Amino acid sequence: MTKNRKRSNAPVFWLLFGAGGMLAALTGPMLIFITGIAIPLGLLFPEDTMSYPKMLGFAQNFFGKGFIFVIIALFLWHSVHRIFHSLHEFGIPAGPTSKLVCYGTALAGTLVSAFVLFRMGF
Amino acid sequence: MSKRRPYIRPMDGWWKKNPFFIEYVIHESTAFFVLAYALTLLVGLVRLGQGETAWSAWLASLKTPLAIVFHVCLLAGAVYHAFSWFKLMPVTLPPVRIGGRKLRADEIVTGGFVAAVAGAAFIYLLVWGLA
Repeated sequence: MTKNRKRSNAPVFWLLFGAGGMLAALTGPMLIFITGIAIPLGLLFPEDTMSYPKMLGFAQNFFGKGFIFVIIALFLWHSVHRIFHSLHEFGIPAGPTSKLVCYGTALAGTLVSAFVLFRMGF
Repeated sequence: MSKRRPYIRPMDGWWKKNPFFIEYVIHESTAFFVLAYALTLLVGLVRLGQGETAWSAWLASLKTPLAIVFHVCLLAGAVYHAFSWFKLMPVTLPPVRIGGRKLRADEIVTGGFVAAVAGAAFIYLLVWGLA
């Protein structure tokens, strides 16, 4: 009877939310501490830890590239999914517009980071 | 236009009336901190792609007092995200069976906290290895 039953795309977004949330819980605090507090204040790590040659080398390395991409993309998909599903608690309907703004932000960020990382070369 | 004006229960500040809801709104709000950090890293990545001058300018901007305060706030948000993420894991995770016995809620939470500390240590050592 129902030959072409439309499958929900919810599991995809939920999976990105879950993976991003887990990654943010495991790595987020230490990453924020290192890149936003320790390195700028010159604490604990050598002064040139985030120097241009080192960071460029990291971003051109296959694993470094993957690390940067996964962190940025999954953090984005996690946060926009959570924000999108909390909107209705504050009287904002979860319509097509809010969906586009939320997931569009994550998609745009993912594409920009993929483009920049790809253009840097390997 | 209909003259009916049905009563719609106002929802302003509904969550402030119950500690359970306050915690709920706080732990859901950590998404804004995760989002802000992701966007910060994205800007950094774009600046890195633009060359050494742009990257140095971005690094210098991280040293401003405002950026430090911003990252201290992000850190607090991220720590609370990690805490609430693992605190809720007994509810969000399907039942886990190890050796025929169902894992207790407190065992899942403790396991999560241990994983969070291990994850932080891993990132610390990774950066040390690269530095």
